[in-house]
Amino acid sequence: MKSNLLMDFSVDKENSTVNVKKEFNASISDVWSAWTEPEILDQWWAPAPWKSRTKKMNFKEGGQRLYAMVGPEGEEHWALADFTSITPKTNFKYLDAFCDSEGNLNVDFPRSDWDVSFDEQNGSTFVNIAIKHENLSDLEKIIEMGFKEGFTIAVEGLDKIFEAKK
Amino acid sequence: MQPNDCVIKLTFLMKRDIFQAIADPTRRAILVLVTSQALTPNAIAEQFDTTRQAVSKHIKILNECELLEQHKVGREIYYQLKIDKMKEIDKWLEQFKEHWENRFNQLDQVLINLKSLKK
Repeated sequence: MKSNLLMDFSVDKENSTVNVKKEFNASISDVWSAWTEPEILDQWWAPAPWKSRTKKMNFKEGGQRLYAMVGPEGEEHWALADFTSITPKTNFKYLDAFCDSEGNLNVDFPRSDWDVSFDEQNGSTFVNIAIKHENLSDLEKIIEMGFKEGFTIAVEGLDKIFEAKK
Repeated sequence: MQPNDCVIKLTFLMKRDIFQAIADPTRRAILVLVTSQALTPNAIAEQFDTTRQAVSKHIKILNECELLEQHKVGREIYYQLKIDKMKEIDKWLEQFKEHWENRFNQLDQVLINLKSLKK
């Protein structure tokens, strides 16, 4: 297995956009499935010990994914994705939002525009993610939320789990 | 957020938040101007179409956020960027980067599992 998989993270402050590029040691169809099929998406979208649970997902233009981030104490934070554009195994775009378990939007929190592109090169698959926020303070708010939801968890524990699985 | 709201917020909450400082395009432009050289408020104001008064409000906010260094030369005050403070932004962004690294560690593992299922 290729050990040094590229990961690039940058923030375009002028455009309030976060850009993430990641290389995966897998075929484009596997990577596409991992991003677009709820059963697989739920296995990795939330960092442990949080879990991602998709209540419903209709992966087509105009469709939605309603999902929760579920914490170790059973606490739930709901989010909604509105798919605006899909080009199979190439690109999909959606509008992200916070909501309740029924998918009613929480208007106190800003939405963000996600653009996810897939590209296979020399046996690796590259995913480019661009997350555009209305302004930089929106971006700050989202990240503060992220901390509250326990998204950011020390990697050490996780690494041990992965090592044990190998 | 309008610059005026920022002033009010800064005055009432005394919240010196670097992200409020850079949330405004005029303030970001001022920061760029004073990166390479020290400038007087007049010299900064000349670069913008807005009133001198508006620009000096922006300078006041940047100053309250401790993003500017002041030097007095005669009767003139010169402003320059305090670079250390800008590093706080990078520190904050680093945490967001870690969030993605965690998520991708898990996705890498999921992809390995997908591959072995097919064999």
